[in-house]
Amino acid sequence: MNTAPIYLDNNATTACAPEVVEAMLPFFTSQFGNPSSMHSFGSKVAHAIKEARVRVQELLGAEYDSEIIFTSGGTESDNTAILSALKAMPDRNHIITTAVEHHAILALCDQLEKEGYVVTRLSVDKRGRLDLDEYKAALGPRTAIVSVMWANNETGTLFPVETMAEMAHAVGAQFHTDAVQVVGKIAIDLKKTKIDMLSLSGHKLHAPKGIGVLYLRRGTRFRPLLRGGQQERGRRAGTENTASIVGLGVACALAHEHLAFVKSEVGRLRDRLEAGILAAVPCCFVTGDVSNRVPNTSNIAFEYVEGEAILLMLNQAGIAASSGSACTSGSLEPSHVMRAMGIPYTAAHGTIRFSLSRFTTAAEIERVIAAVPPIIARLRSLSPYWSERGPTTNAFSPAYA
Amino acid sequence: MWNYSEKVRDHFFNPRNSGVLEDANAIGDVGSIQCGDALRLMLKIDPETETILDARFQTFGCGSAIASSSALTEIIKGKTIQEALKLSNQDIADYLDGLPPEKMHCSVMGREALRAAIAHYRGESWKDEHEEGALVCKCFAVDAALIEDTIRANGLTTVEQVVHYTKAGGGCASCHEAIEEILAKVAKEMCTAPYAETKASPPDNGRLRPAMTQLQRMRRIQETIEAIRPQLQKDRGDIELVEIDGKNIYVDLKGACAGCMMESATLNGIQNKLVEALGEFVRLLPASRIGKVA
Repeated sequence: MNTAPIYLDNNATTACAPEVVEAMLPFFTSQFGNPSSMHSFGSKVAHAIKEARVRVQELLGAEYDSEIIFTSGGTESDNTAILSALKAMPDRNHIITTAVEHHAILALCDQLEKEGYVVTRLSVDKRGRLDLDEYKAALGPRTAIVSVMWANNETGTLFPVETMAEMAHAVGAQFHTDAVQVVGKIAIDLKKTKIDMLSLSGHKLHAPKGIGVLYLRRGTRFRPLLRGGQQERGRRAGTENTASIVGLGVACALAHEHLAFVKSEVGRLRDRLEAGILAAVPCCFVTGDVSNRVPNTSNIAFEYVEGEAILLMLNQAGIAASSGSACTSGSLEPSHVMRAMGIPYTAAHGTIRFSLSRFTTAAEIERVIAAVPPIIARLRSLSPYWSERGPTTNAFSPAYA
Repeated sequence: MWNYSEKVRDHFFNPRNSGVLEDANAIGDVGSIQCGDALRLMLKIDPETETILDARFQTFGCGSAIASSSALTEIIKGKTIQEALKLSNQDIADYLDGLPPEKMHCSVMGREALRAAIAHYRGESWKDEHEEGALVCKCFAVDAALIEDTIRANGLTTVEQVVHYTKAGGGCASCHEAIEEILAKVAKEMCTAPYAETKASPPDNGRLRPAMTQLQRMRRIQETIEAIRPQLQKDRGDIELVEIDGKNIYVDLKGACAGCMMESATLNGIQNKLVEALGEFVRLLPASRIGKVA
């Protein structure tokens, strides 16, 4: 039996594409120059960075390459965007975001709230969808920035950010989107939107960790997070992470080439995985907005079993996935995304996210479909909430809850 | 990925004594599906010798919850219930060659299931005394509930005191911000008056305060609060005067002000303004405290 490890946790991070690594290597050795230097060591590197910038621009459909600012990753881009908007518009003190954002947004907003800013966190329905009427009612003359993720990292659910950006502009607010789970998975054409700022993360699209981008629309009022040298036109000081920038450029070019493949082939494998598991396992269901998702993500809630236990057994079978279970994070609550969607506790602790990449094969998917049902059955056989006849939640109600 | 010991992994992948014990005469149920872990411990106890003849478990939970349950049944089999009751959660963790600090609650759950089962056998009612919150100090596995209770019970006001009382924050120190937040939260709930009353020296009435009638005094309070409102409204908040009871003045903070971490600071600032305007010491309190303050 084939036991080679299967990696289905690509929303957490991806493998660097071989072409990316190859393109980066010279920048650790012969091409070590500082792109700001006035000699040939520097100018060659500066040229390579310019080329990378254009590749990112093309993938995002940005109008100008100067709208691309290289950062250390998604978290830095997210923090820069929100803090910039608040500084650039000091007469506005209101932030709108959603209850299901990444922690890079939510933890920052929690902190800003303590400092006196007013934060609105838009709710989602049980399918993970926003209510645009609630959003419209929240927008006001004091709203400085709206930050809404393009796709949710746990369920893959897409938000209507293009419409939301137009609505934000109507009240003079800036619009930022955390697009780390979307770039390279669906086609984006920023110049046709009103989005002011967008975050992307290299390691989610087969580039290395520690590199990301903040897209900043020309003309958007901006205040840098890091001040210092004139790198990135003074908008993000600090000597460039040259090798990683070059790697990200190659990764973006490859992602651009594979967009159609991801949509059709990766999407097909994801659907096959979902159908196979749902057919074989009782009491499980897909979370999120099934008809409106990125093509690589499937989040399945297995009732009456706990996610970490599932992951440990999957890992033993050579399968890597992730869970919204409380136990995997060391906190006591299941994932904030599952809670925001109102997924019942009987299922929220047992949610498993499978996230594919363009390197996932059909044979791997068949192995996962075969491996999952016995694991769930085994854990349910250990559980006081399950008998041979099915769930027994009513028969088991301990002294405290 | 958790750094589980080989022993934890072994007891998770190959749990001992799992499943239903048909002729059990002691059953202990603890946990809940909401919490993410739950355990049913079933024992067969010899009524003559009070020895645990057999033990089985059913567990809903993570790897270490299942491993802790398995370890528990192995440890207690053959022991008398007197011996078993001496078992601590640390004994269960030690049997498994240790658990990550975030996972120590799994061993606590095992010990409690044992106590619940023995209480059931003896026909006693068993009450859980165990409460837990989010893990704050990872070095010493101290959670928010314990820190908060200790702060309350002992009137702690500094991180240093919390370290001395609970050990939380005494290791790598990276949780000090979280401890400060708990201190601020408790301080806000316990006391909105910034000064202990014994320390407050009343202003010289004769010099600072021309004699006011009750009506004048009430108006003065109203005017002072009205003057502050636009400032709060600018920040999407508001304040409303609810009740004047001697030196205690009760208000409702609304909108962005309510529940804001700045609430006590806001009250503090307004209180200072009132003291100034009235020329006497008054306390500004949230309306929720009406009837609860001496």
